Parts: sequence; structure tokens; C-alpha cells
Amino acid sequence: MSDGELGIWGVPLAMLAGAIRVSTPFLFVSIGECLTERSGRINLGLEGTLVMGAMSAYGVALGTDSPWLGVLVAAGVGLLLGALHAAICQLPRVNDIATGIGLMLFATGLAFFLGKPFIQPKAPNLGAIDLGWWSDIPQVRQALQVNYLFILGVVLAFALAWALRNTRWGLIVRLAGESVDAALAIGASVGRVRLIATSIGGAFAGVGGAFLSLYYPGSWNEGLSSGQGLMAVALVIFARWDPIRCLWASLLFGAAGAISPALQSIGVTQGYYLFSAAPYVLTLALMIATCSPARSLRGAPGELGAVK
Amino acid sequence: MGQALERIAVPMLALLASAFLFGLLLAVYARVDPLEAFALMYQGAFGSWFSWQNTLSRAAPLILAALCTALPARLGLVIIGNEGAVVLGGVAGAAMGVALAGAPPLVVQLGMIVAGMAVGGLWVALAGALRQWRGVNETIASLLLTYIAIALMNHLVEGPLRDPQSLNKPSTASIGDANMIGTIPGMDVHWGLVFGIIACLLVYIFLSFTTWGFAMDVIGGNAKTARMMGLNVGRYVLLACGVGGAAAGIAGTVEVAAVLGRANASLAVGYGYAGILVSFLARHNPLAIIPVAILLGGIAASGGLLQRRLDLPDAAVVVLQGIIFVAILASETLYGRLLPRKQGS
Repeated sequence: MSDGELGIWGVPLAMLAGAIRVSTPFLFVSIGECLTERSGRINLGLEGTLVMGAMSAYGVALGTDSPWLGVLVAAGVGLLLGALHAAICQLPRVNDIATGIGLMLFATGLAFFLGKPFIQPKAPNLGAIDLGWWSDIPQVRQALQVNYLFILGVVLAFALAWALRNTRWGLIVRLAGESVDAALAIGASVGRVRLIATSIGGAFAGVGGAFLSLYYPGSWNEGLSSGQGLMAVALVIFARWDPIRCLWASLLFGAAGAISPALQSIGVTQGYYLFSAAPYVLTLALMIATCSPARSLRGAPGELGAVK
Repeated sequence: MGQALERIAVPMLALLASAFLFGLLLAVYARVDPLEAFALMYQGAFGSWFSWQNTLSRAAPLILAALCTALPARLGLVIIGNEGAVVLGGVAGAAMGVALAGAPPLVVQLGMIVAGMAVGGLWVALAGALRQWRGVNETIASLLLTYIAIALMNHLVEGPLRDPQSLNKPSTASIGDANMIGTIPGMDVHWGLVFGIIACLLVYIFLSFTTWGFAMDVIGGNAKTARMMGLNVGRYVLLACGVGGAAAGIAGTVEVAAVLGRANASLAVGYGYAGILVSFLARHNPLAIIPVAILLGGIAASGGLLQRRLDLPDAAVVVLQGIIFVAILASETLYGRLLPRKQGS
């Protein structure tokens, strides 16, 4: 089959391809933010973490020729930024929403500052697994080029969901998020739990950034992130603080982002940008439908100040 | 006395710490003499009449956008939808400017401002209304509304409102040179600065000297008590969000009417997000917003000089702004602890 013969079927196929390709950064930032918020803290600065992750991964991959070392460093940088956010928010009377936005500005600025030399050169790519070997259709084969990080993200989402439900550690994180008093009663240090949860959340976001610079789009420049880190907050609400629903929501957000270019390729040019707003409209509609003045969002951690 | 001293000392300490950290980054990573860099920054921000004008032009949209967070904050609401109101205020202003083409310039300009205020105000009031009557968290709702606003702007600018002649950067049609609001006489600074200062003064007077302002403080202190006193909380929520949104809307309209001449993606360059931080740094005090915005505008204005003279990336000033924001927000914790309290006071 040649290019044009797919016709209208090209749209769902492109959405599938887009869902798999575009969703990976969403997936990492959202499960990271999910973990952080389940511990009772909100981190609005993941956009900055994502960009810093992208820059540091690219720089390291360029210098060492090893993209996976880049991913590792990106996770480390994310961990540090997460820890910084948690440490500052732990001080009494410091607002976590404003600190998150401040750190977002700081980290994006720092990434552009330090990443200036990496804009031209080409770093090695992470590579992908070819799951479409059985098909003759080039679009199908292309759609099923799945990156290792996507698979890692899926595994992490299930692992996190399991750990939150079934381990002692997961219980303590949920307690810190639901009721500080209960957490203190069993002798857990709420501050330390949130520090760890926010740091790990930051590390996830850093890996999401590594995907951007080392796989798709696969380069480093200042317009690399299109706000995936900021969207993470909306995504986690949409997924109602459940890591596995974060996975579905990421795929949905990825697919929604792919609708517009796909429709454009078959000649539908109207409403290009309105489709890209669909995830936010959906999230807002979901909040309006499930909230009432008497009750906050179902599934929301009780100690999460930002959602009270 | 101690408290007043603290209110100066704490931010100064945070600024010094920020300067130290930024200087360290410059010295260690960029191998630039930090003192030379700071001297250049002062020159680029406040060193000459030319730099002052550059600084003030950059401060103007921040002052207006900050009010969008500061006013609702009086009621205890955290609104972060400033960017959305700026963007839609700009689009509404441009659309009105194009629609009124041919009318006398003053009519067009007034129409644009009114349109920008109305759309910005309604947009943020929507977040307030959802909070008040549906219990939807206003912080998240206003953030989501920002994304929706930017998508709407892109849709309008690339679709229904697009000027077919704008090829590389899709834009609305031009509002026409005659309708541009121009600069303050004797200065190369547009009228947005005057609007911003007037808005801050009005909000200050309103909050400090009227019963409504007092009622807002009561609600911010304890909404339940306020309700028991018979205050109509919903009305004040709509008022604060609406007026705040209208101020951010003017910021967008002024960008169109004084700088861009048309609405396009240049409206969404982060004035709104910076406005949130300005408001927090000013501790939501309308009078403090003005100097804070001028300081940040100055840092932004000095970027060009740093780039030309020291070959630093233009992002250097963003790093400094980020450090200052985080340091001042973190310094919030020092209040009441910095100076030893006298016994019994």
C-alpha cells in the first residue's frame, strides 16, 4: 500500500502513533507528579525539571556518546530539583504553588543558560523497538516503533500503583497525603516522606525530558518542550491521582495532540488548535461535574492544599 | 519597629543571597567577573534615561498582570490564570480595534480597552464562580483556563481573525497606526505604565479605605465568619476575580495597542506567569507591586547588555529572576525569627 491509500484510516493510525510517541513525556511527568501529590505536596515546577532533564541528557549523551548515561543524569538532575522544591516548601509559611512556579522559571532559565553550546551538535538517539515487523504498511510500522522509555514508563506506572496499594512505604506516602495526624500517629516523618516523594517525582520528570531531547523530537533547542510539564498537573487531576489512570490519560493527551496534525494531513484545517485544547476542556468539565461546594474532588489527597 | 525593620531586612537578605548565588554561577561556570556583570546590569537597567525607559516598558505589563493574583489573594484565593487573561485581553482588544476601523482613534482605543477588560475580567471571574458555586479549586481551574485561552488565541489568530497577509507569524489584521495608543509625552514608555500605576493606586485605596475592601479582608480572614456577618461572599469573589482579570486583560490590550499593533502568539510570552510571582513577592500588596515589577523589569532589560558585552546567553537574566523569586519566597519563613524578640513584647 502506498501513502495515499490509507485515506481516512490514516487519522486513527496517526493518533495511535502519536499516542505512543508523544505520550511518553506526559507519562513520566504525570506519574512523578502523581507520586508527589499523593504525599500531599504539589510541584508546579515540573516543566522546568523537564527542560533541565532534556538539556542535561542531551549534553551528557553528546559528551559521552552514551544516551542511556544521559537518561541517568537527567534523572539525577530531576531528583535534585525535586529535593530543592521539597526542602523549600518544608519551611514554615512558604507557599508551594508560588515556589513551584519560581523554580520552573529558574530551571528553564538555567537549562537555556547551560545548554547554549548544545543547540548545534547532534547527540546519539535512544533508539526504538520495532513492534510493527509483521506489517507491510509503512505507516503501521512507523506507528509501532516503540521507544524503550515508553515501556519503562508503563512498567513504572503499574509498579507505582502496586507499591502505593500494597507496600508499607506506599501506605506511609498515602497517609502523609491524606492526614498528617495519622502519619504522625504511626511515627512517620511527614517531611521526610514528602521530600522523598517529591525528589522521585522530579527524577521521573527528568527522564521525561531526556525522552524529548534524545528520542522525539530528538534534539535540544529552547522550544523543545511544548508545556508537557505544566500539563502534568491537569493530567494528574484528570487521572484522579491513580498512576494507571495516568497512563491512559497520557495516551489520551498524546492522541489528542496528534488529532490536529493528522486531520490537517487529510485536508481538514479548521479547528486545529481547538482540538489541542480538548484535554483541558475535558479536565475542567470533569472537575465541574465531580465537585460540589460540600465535597472536593473524589480521589484527591486530603492534605493537598492546592485542591482543597 | 522591629516588624518594619524586618519587612525591609528579609527581602534585602534574600536579594543578597540571590546575587551571591548568581555571581557564583557567573564566576564558576561562565568565567565572568561577577562584579563587572552586576555593574553592567545596573547600567542596563537603571544607568541611563534610555535604560530606565526600557525597564519601565518591561515593568508595565507585569504590574497589571500581578493585580490578577493580588486582588483575589485578599479573599484567600490563589488565582494563577493571569496569562490566560493577558492573552485573551489582547485578542479581544485587537478584534475590537479591527471591528471599529474607521471610527475616530479615541473611540477605537476606548473600545479596545473596554473589550480587553471585559474579556479578561469574565475569564478570571469564571474561575471564581466555579469556586464559589461548584467548589472547583480556583488554582487548578484558572491554570486550565489559561491553557484553553492560549488554544483559543491560536485558533482565532490562525482561523477566523487571521489576516491572510501574515504568512510567517499568523496574526490578526493590524489595528492601524492611527489607533496605536503611543507613548507617554516626553518618554519612550507606553501608556501601559500609567494604567498600571493608576490601577495599583485605585486598588490600594479601594482595599484600605472602603467598606468593601474591609469586607474582603474579613472574608480572607475567615469566610465562615464573614457569611455569619451577612456578607455576600460570592459577590466579592466575582468582584475580586473580575477586577483582577480586567487588569490583566488591559495588559494584553496595551501590548496590542502600544507594542505589537495586532494580536499574535507574541502575547503569550509569560507576562502572566511573571505577574503571579510579582504578586507573591509583593505579598499581594498593590503598592509593593510597582517597585517589585520595576526591579524585575530592570533585570530583564539588562539582558541585552550582558549578552553584548560579556557574551552571556540571554537566558542569564531569567536565571537571576528565578533565583530571586525562589529566594524571596523561601525567605517568607524568616519573618518573626530574624530579630530576637524582646521579652513581653
